Amino acid sequence: MTAIASASGRLRAFQDSFADALVVPGGMVDGFADAPREIARLVAQPGFAVYRNTVLKGCIDALQANYPAVSRLVGDEWFRAAAEIYARANLPRHPTMLDYGLDFAAFLADFEPAAELPYLAGVSRLDRFWTEAHIACDEAPVAAAALAHLATAELAHTVLRPHAAARWAWFDGAPIVTIWKRNRLTEGVVRDVCDAVPDLDWRAEGVLISRPQGKVEWTALPKAGYAFLDACAAGGTLADAASTALDADPQADLAALMALTLDAGAFGCLSVHTSDLEESAR
Amino acid sequence: MTTGLSAGLGLKPQHYAEARAAPADGLWFEVHPENYMVDGGPRLAWLETIRHRHPISLHGVGLSLAADAEPDTSHLRRFAALVERIEPALVSEHLAWSTWRGVYRPDLLPFPRTNEALERLVDNVDRAQRALSRRIAIENPSHYLHIDGHDYDEIAFLAELARRSGCGLLLDVNNVFVSARNLGFDPEAYVDAFPVECVDEVHLAGHSADPSLGEALLIDSHDAPVSPAVWSLYERLIARIGPRPTLIERDDNIPAFETLQLERRRAEAVLRAPARQAA
Repeated sequence: MTAIASASGRLRAFQDSFADALVVPGGMVDGFADAPREIARLVAQPGFAVYRNTVLKGCIDALQANYPAVSRLVGDEWFRAAAEIYARANLPRHPTMLDYGLDFAAFLADFEPAAELPYLAGVSRLDRFWTEAHIACDEAPVAAAALAHLATAELAHTVLRPHAAARWAWFDGAPIVTIWKRNRLTEGVVRDVCDAVPDLDWRAEGVLISRPQGKVEWTALPKAGYAFLDACAAGGTLADAASTALDADPQADLAALMALTLDAGAFGCLSVHTSDLEESAR
Repeated sequence: MTTGLSAGLGLKPQHYAEARAAPADGLWFEVHPENYMVDGGPRLAWLETIRHRHPISLHGVGLSLAADAEPDTSHLRRFAALVERIEPALVSEHLAWSTWRGVYRPDLLPFPRTNEALERLVDNVDRAQRALSRRIAIENPSHYLHIDGHDYDEIAFLAELARRSGCGLLLDVNNVFVSARNLGFDPEAYVDAFPVECVDEVHLAGHSADPSLGEALLIDSHDAPVSPAVWSLYERLIARIGPRPTLIERDDNIPAFETLQLERRRAEAVLRAPARQAA
């Protein structure tokens, strides 16, 4: 195949101008006055709106599919209006729309109309975690039995790498996890967070989202568990992770924490740092 | 290209269980590969499970072959990995662009069918076919705009693209009907002139009238049953060219699986009807 010969640049110019006219950041679709005459003649036809609508609808639908709990909390109309503002300023970078809206939580955190809904950014983070857990690569979770035969000295030098699908979060001072769970599960429209969660107890909460049996699940996670998993993700040994967990909560039940995380399939790989073992044996 | 496929359905996640359980009576399923370009997890597992029982067609929407740029290599790599994993019976893409200068616009955008565009498309289709190690079929999109400066009509352009790149063609009969209404050409003449030997696959879908302009502007919305006029065009096409793998596409207002199966059986009946020999 020979290289493209004698490219006149007309196709390139067409695509530059067409793309500019298609999504106008402020949304002033009729104010597009700078287009070359060829494009202006297209923008003037009623059919041009079909492309504009399809592009925006595709972005908004993808955001709504990726952030279902946020959408249920704020309602269809509010969500789609906010998503349109986001989409006009942040078109997708590539066609795999599961990854669209990675910074939607940050957008909502700064979005003035959402100022009275402080839990929204946290809920959107958990929606994103759910997607990440859903599409992460397959690996068999480390089973509790794999640790059962290790000697105490070996256990201290064991490193548990979190599973590719494991995500965890801790929210100080707000029951974001309860709000999120109810809105992932509940059918129908809710008017506000108090309708969605009538018995809401306003306290800090944590969650571990994982895929133990090939399906995304979630488990309540204490603050020590959050610290423990962070330490494991940083490559720390179980001894390091246990001490980090106790720093977070001196009352933490480490055995219960291990059982909870292993049951949830939180780890993808177990290794024993034998060089550390030899070091400590000397 | 002979695949032995008759009529198939677009696969929707809400129908996974029914799709897997459906009798393997020639039923095949089409998906957008972009929705399965993931590292792992239940979505891919479902597709693999269904693929053990029914042939799969991968119908891309994101290669942006008509952009004045080479197809994104990382996207092509992920597409190729999925092709290797799923071993699809058919692979197709569109005569359109969507990704431009690092931004993806979820639509199938038009362009002037010039010699320059043809050169670019021949090269891009060739790159895609080499990356995927197989022939792909290119689909005629729906049109909404009168664009100045075409060097080719769409059929001549597609025929030349197929001749020079070795690609197949996917004839979307609903797109012909929608475009004919919107641009004012004769849909029967279009279907009658389409190059028979290149057609690897046929698409059927529903359309809707523009909310403000009504029937004067039809939208390829995939949210309704196939219309009677599109069924007639399809019958006319199949009578001329003989049976081809035919997909019922539905992407919005998705009905029960069995409702889609009824439309599929209607297409199968057309495919089984004795061909009226072309003159």
